[in-house]
Amino acid sequence: MNHLLSIEDLDRQAIERIVAQAARFAEVSDREIKKVPALRGRMVLNLFYEASTRTRSSFELAAKRLSADVVNFAVSGSSVEKGESLKDTILTLSAHKPDAIVLRTPWAGAAELVSRWCSAAIVNAGDGKHEHPTQALLDVYTLRERLGGIDGCSIWIVGDVAHSRVARSNIIAFQRMGARVTVAGPPTLIPREIDALGCEVRYTLDELPTADVVYALRMQRERMNETSWVPSLREYASWYQINGRRLSPRQVLMHPGPVNRGVELSGEVVDSPQAVIAQQVQAGVVVRMAVLYELLSGAHVPRPVPEPQLA
Amino acid sequence: MAAPALIQGPTTPAELLLRDVHVLDPRADLDARHDVLVRDGAIVELGEPGAIEGLDGIELVEGKGRHLLPAFVDPHVHLRTPGQEHKEDLETGTRAAAAGGFGAVIAMPNTDPVIDSAPLLGSLRDAAAREARVPVGFLAAITRGLEGKELTEMAELREQGALGFTDDGRPVSSAGMLRKALRYQRLCGGVISLHEEDPTLSHGGSMREGAVSAALGIGGIPTVSESTMVARDTELAMYEQARVHFQHLSCAASVQTVAHARGSGGRVSAEVTPHHLLLTDESVRGLDTRMKMNPPLAGETDRQALIAGLRDGTIDCVATDHAPHAREEKEVPFEQAPMGTTGLETAFAALYTGLVMTGELALGLLVRRMTAGAALFELPTPTIATGETANLTLVDLDAEFLAGERGWESRSENCCFAGRRLHGRVLLTLAAGAIVYRERVFSVVAA
Repeated sequence: MNHLLSIEDLDRQAIERIVAQAARFAEVSDREIKKVPALRGRMVLNLFYEASTRTRSSFELAAKRLSADVVNFAVSGSSVEKGESLKDTILTLSAHKPDAIVLRTPWAGAAELVSRWCSAAIVNAGDGKHEHPTQALLDVYTLRERLGGIDGCSIWIVGDVAHSRVARSNIIAFQRMGARVTVAGPPTLIPREIDALGCEVRYTLDELPTADVVYALRMQRERMNETSWVPSLREYASWYQINGRRLSPRQVLMHPGPVNRGVELSGEVVDSPQAVIAQQVQAGVVVRMAVLYELLSGAHVPRPVPEPQLA
Repeated sequence: MAAPALIQGPTTPAELLLRDVHVLDPRADLDARHDVLVRDGAIVELGEPGAIEGLDGIELVEGKGRHLLPAFVDPHVHLRTPGQEHKEDLETGTRAAAAGGFGAVIAMPNTDPVIDSAPLLGSLRDAAAREARVPVGFLAAITRGLEGKELTEMAELREQGALGFTDDGRPVSSAGMLRKALRYQRLCGGVISLHEEDPTLSHGGSMREGAVSAALGIGGIPTVSESTMVARDTELAMYEQARVHFQHLSCAASVQTVAHARGSGGRVSAEVTPHHLLLTDESVRGLDTRMKMNPPLAGETDRQALIAGLRDGTIDCVATDHAPHAREEKEVPFEQAPMGTTGLETAFAALYTGLVMTGELALGLLVRRMTAGAALFELPTPTIATGETANLTLVDLDAEFLAGERGWESRSENCCFAGRRLHGRVLLTLAAGAIVYRERVFSVVAA
């Protein structure tokens, strides 16, 4: 594996390998000294074009626990604000010879594009509304810890699917691990033909009781203002909020964070034993350790920069 | 109309004997091997193969195995002058046209500044009279600054040589504004050429809405963004008995509407691009920015409807919508990239390879559709006949090449067919009686 650009690139075996490695790293996290020297001397560069505290700190912590050097490159206050293009930023930062670049951007396909411009291993930490593969891996890990396995499980992903990279990566990853996936939400927030990814589509939560796992997506308040995707948060909550009435005790509740209490989730379910939201955050560090380890351990052979294409 | 319709830089009339070429011009009912003699830029003789004697001072081109076609006419190109010469200019754009076998092109007014006044059009035509390698016609804007608010001085623009009017790149969103332009057409004439898109439906979209956009998480532009506007404007045009041309159709519903309007006597015409005929939104999966254009690449059902429409004549002509963008503008993530692909240099070969060789379209019909743009804009149609000005394209249908392997004549390289294996290389182009393009390795033997 040279890069982690899309969950599409991982077959079931690769997902299982990363999850198993994450489980081994989980033991490290329980030790008094939470650090292993696996990636000593390697450099991981976090390049975030979008505000993110969780994902970035999770990657930073993962790299540090593997003894790698970490450089955080925040876009605000940088040359990017002076008009530097993504390509020039990458070429400039590549001069520092990072072994891996963790990239978050608001643009679909940006991670893949960057992988053609430099020799570092690229980890996609979110590209627009396209994908967020490490989130999918940590969600698979979390569910395996909780349920043992997800073969044959019914997983419902509820909410704003249209604007969610988490939804897209998880639809693919959960199915690859043997689960059945249903997406549910307001018709305005479910993309036309999303069922081409193999999932079922529902516009109400009437059949939610059949789910083994309920995965609520963050409902972004920004979406309400100018574009009117749903008439109001109040109406959204009355139809799609996961609350004590809708969540049964046997179901597992997940959420990628940050939670809007009172919107997509009621406070009671966030605090309920069904919720594994905190476990997802813990899993984030060990899974990202496993990803960095997978990409960077072994003989240090610099990858050649691919030949420029005819263009 | 006071000013000539087409403008070209200085040229030397060709003196040329094309020996034993397969002449194919369906309008002239020609489909056989001939010698073709061009003197002082005009076709003076069509003879049996080998029948015409070479003459001193006349270049001899051995044409055996090659096809001689009427030069193509492209009613929709962006030459980017004035203001965006880093993408293309009159010289590079018309050089690309010549290399693609085009003998005339019609340039769009969405430049910087927009061509919305007679003095601007006049100075652009002056520049074309110095720089344009093939004859260029110009459309002027329907509304000032393409803002959709005030009509341009359409009558004066017509006197200055505008072939018609378009706000291409943008729709005329207000039906009331478009209706005024259609009524005013009774005074000034000129085709009103429409880019059809409802911005309230296309907003936020970078590709066609469908399974691929859903999988990529990229905002989708639904087909109804185009088809509802085609329907609206067909109604308006028929009500006003106006002459309208629909640019770059991209979906089945639009084709149906145009067919219906034609059946009801509407004075409507339509064009389709090579990329909409040959590619679908599946090509966008790799997020190659060369596959980003407006209207976006559609699904397979729509593509088939476009091919059928071109075949049965509902769609009159092929237009490339040649839309050059600089490398740094396209070398960005997909959603950030500007829309457009170049097309002049690949149009014929791409369509020949993709539709003629596969048996979907007869070569003669392709030639018709690649020249039909002229008549739509009241320009003479290139024809192969004695006494006609030489507007000719010599092609080698068997020659196989990778698109772009030798670089591009265009200043930009954002071609959606780049790297594809194509058949049908243009060897020589004559426009308005002059040789405007010669393939670089094409060897000629003096008589």
